[in-house]
Parts: sequence; structure tokens; C-alpha cells
Amino acid sequence: MSELEVRSLTRDFHSGSGVTRALDGVSFAVETGEFLCVVGPSGCGKTTLLKCLSGLMSPTSGEALLEGTRISEPPEAMALVFQEYTRSLLPWLTVRGNLKLVLRRRGLGRDEIDRLIDNALASVGLGDFAKHHPWQLSGGMQQRVAIARALVYQPRVLLMDEPFASVDAQTRSDLEDLLLRVHAEYGVTVVFVTHDIDEAVYLGDRVIVLSHRPTHVDEVVPVDLPRPRDQVRTKEMSEFTHLRAHVLRHIRNDSSTPMEVQ
Amino acid sequence: MNAFKRLRNFAMEIWLPLVLFAAWWVLSADSQSVYFPPLEQILTAFREAWLFAGVGSELVPSLTRFVAGLAIAIVVGVSLGVALGSAPPLRRATMPMIEFMRAIPAPAVLPAMIAVLGFGNSMKIVLIAFGCVWPILLNTIDGVRSVDPLQLDFARVYRLSRRDRMLSLVIPAASPRIFAGLRIALALGLIVMVISEILGSSNGLGFVIIQAQQTFAIPQMWAGILVLGIVGFTVNSAFLIVERRALRWYHGWRGSQVADAPG
Repeated sequence: MSELEVRSLTRDFHSGSGVTRALDGVSFAVETGEFLCVVGPSGCGKTTLLKCLSGLMSPTSGEALLEGTRISEPPEAMALVFQEYTRSLLPWLTVRGNLKLVLRRRGLGRDEIDRLIDNALASVGLGDFAKHHPWQLSGGMQQRVAIARALVYQPRVLLMDEPFASVDAQTRSDLEDLLLRVHAEYGVTVVFVTHDIDEAVYLGDRVIVLSHRPTHVDEVVPVDLPRPRDQVRTKEMSEFTHLRAHVLRHIRNDSSTPMEVQ
Repeated sequence: MNAFKRLRNFAMEIWLPLVLFAAWWVLSADSQSVYFPPLEQILTAFREAWLFAGVGSELVPSLTRFVAGLAIAIVVGVSLGVALGSAPPLRRATMPMIEFMRAIPAPAVLPAMIAVLGFGNSMKIVLIAFGCVWPILLNTIDGVRSVDPLQLDFARVYRLSRRDRMLSLVIPAASPRIFAGLRIALALGLIVMVISEILGSSNGLGFVIIQAQQTFAIPQMWAGILVLGIVGFTVNSAFLIVERRALRWYHGWRGSQVADAPG
């Protein structure tokens, strides 16, 4: 059984001018421990897909299953890292406070909680900043706090909604490598949504290419690049370039489809 | 902030009041008017009545009632505000009544309060609470409604308990607005405190002022008004100290938002 299974997920939006079909029968599966990237043209409903997967939104038809159980509300074993880290971290709490908040329900002892928090912060390289408030940190550091918060929650599946879109290129490379290390260390299943094709190919075991709206899965591209990945060596490989071009071609072709004359 | 800076800030805030005070003294020195006696007479009345016997017999009872009324207003205003702010249908249903009642000035309610509760302390406390609750209630509702939806999504995804959501998310997020309502309530509460002592009171700052006015003891009246001003200033300053401490995260957060660039 796949860890995460999406079956014909369809989502409509109703507005004054009628019905917009954002997702149209999206289907794919994610294996345990896999790093799956999702790319697609702008406006193709990537965020809608994540909202349905995370249980924040109900699909119009079709379903998403976590280990065989239908997702109707946010599952216990799933965490989400939001794109807008400034808004998702609570400014009245310290970094430690933010992490502690998601552990409250677990009923753990104080020592255990501190240990988990210290480990998570060490994993993201923020061990010295536990007493800071998120807004005292740079954007890249804040996103690391958000990742640490997701990790400390000990999810089996980690959903990430274009988490590095709002940071500069240098920080993005560092965060990508951080994420790969964390993935290897914690063995968590990752569904990583991005608009950046290079990033998707660099990080993923497979890349799912979504179509233009109404969105369905256009293609699933396996990424056979060796691990551990490296920003220089991996991106130097011809295989990387081929994969990248392959994905880009699909997105480009698909984007131009609406303009073709029947 | 070093000592010199503190002194300089203090000087910048005190020089104008001192100048105006001195001007008042000089300009009123030869006054024959009944209602605007020389400042010297007012200060004499001030010293005799308020330093320091009057503090215990008049100021303490008044302020005790003020604090009690305000406390009730805070408890009712915040808890009701959180409940209504979180339940849109309930809020919609009660909003017309709230808007209606908050428009009623405390003096208009005073006779009705006396009829129901008599002249004692409980009437005064209830009247103060009635005057103070509306800004707190409305600002709390406002604050709860304007919690960032992304933070609410976060609470859902990470399955925060209802208690954690209320105490660690909603109320802190709403606290800047709640404090704004509190500041208004504080000023209002002092006014209502005086109003509540107009009829059938036997002690209190308002009682002293009203009684002095009715018996034409004008310097005593002005002295009482001076005390009221000092009390208002002190209460507000104390409030600002508390607010600055409680909302330290807020000021820091807002400051960083202006200065920040991604990365």
C-alpha cells in the first residue's frame, strides 16, 4: 500500500460567474520515504491540491488516502510547511515556544519535549536561536524554523507549499540541501510543490508534472540521479539537463495548448 | 536608554505644562470671578483637602470601585468578545443589540440603576462596568475576527486543541486590539466613576467635586478636578507601561516588517 494515494481528485470553485474546475481527476501515489516533487504552470491549482491533501479543503469528488484511510480533516501524521513563513510562525512566541506549541497535544514530559526541540533546531542549524522571536531572524532562518516546527511534530508525511519561493537564490540552495539532509536523517515522506523546475529535479525521486487548468497529472518523471545530491556535481550531469528539459518541454507544450486551433 | 536621554525626554514633556501652570498662576492672581478663582486659592484648597487625609477617605473608595467595575468589564468583555468573534452567526444576531446599548451614555442609565440597585457601592460598580464593557467587547470581537487565516490554517493542520487555539493563538493575536479597547475603557471608566457619585453618594472623588460645586465651594471644586486629572494621567501612564510590556512582541514584529527584505 502506498503511503499517500490520490484518486481522481476533483475540486470545483463556485463564484458569481459560474463554476471553475481547478482540479480535474488528479491521480498519483506516493511511496513511503519518497521525495516527490510537484510542478506545473502558474495557476494550475498546486496550492489547491495541497490544501485537499492536507485536509484543509474537501474535494468536490475523488479522494486522498493516507495509508488507506480517507483524508477528510487534517491527519495526525501529516505536517504542512507554508509558503509564507512570516505569517505562519506566531510572533508572540519565541522559536522554542513555536515548536513547543505543536507538541502540546502529545502529552509528553518536559524533558522529552526539550530534547525533541533541541534535536529539531540542531537539524536545521538554529540551535543558538531558541530564545529569539521569529521576526528577529532573517527570511531563510524563519523558513528553517517552520521546517523545524514541522519536524518536531514527527509527521510521517511532510507537505511543502513552494517553501523556498520567497527567499533569495543563495539561501534557496542552502535550504534545498538542508531539506535533503533532513529527509535522509528523518526518513519522512515529502510532497514538495514548486514552480522551480531545477529545484524539482534536484530534490526529487520523481517529479509529477501537472497540466494547465483544469488540472490533471500530465506526466510522472522518474529522477534517477544518484544520492546524495550536490548543487555542483548533480547539476553538471547531462542526465540532470535532460530531465530538466523534459519537464520544461511538458510544461511549455501544455501551456501553449489552449491557444491551439482545433 | 541612558540617564541623560531619560532626563531630556522628561524635560521635553514637562516644560509646557509647567509654563502653562505658571501662566495660570500669574493670570488668575487678581481674579474676582467666582468660577475662576486665583490658582493660589485652588492650590490651598488642594493641599487642605487632599494632602493626605482626603486620599484615604475619598480617593481610595472611588478608585476601588473603578478597579472593580473595570475588572468586571474586562472579564465580560474579553470572554464574550472571544465567543462572539469566533461564531459569526451569533455575532450577527447580537450586533444590533450591542450597537444599541453602547450608544447609551452612562448618565442616562444612572436613574434606572439607582431604581434597581439603590445608592450603594454595587450600583456604582455596575454602572462603571456598563460604561467600560463596550469598547472592550467591540475591540475584542474585532481582534478575534482579524486573526490571520493562515494562522488558523496552521492551527488546523497541526491539530491544536481548542484550548491551545484560544489561549495561544486567538487571544494573543487579538491582544493589540484588545489593549486599544482597554485604553478607551480606562478613560471612560474614570468619567463614569465620577458620574456614579452624583446622586446619593457619601464618599468619593466625584462626590467631593459635585458637592463642592453645589455648595459653591469653587476652589474645592477645582482642586477636585485637579486631582481627577492627576489620577487620569497616572492611571494612563501605568497602563502604558503594562501595554508596552505585554505588546513588546507586537512592536518588535511590526518594526521588523517595515525593515525586512527576503533572505
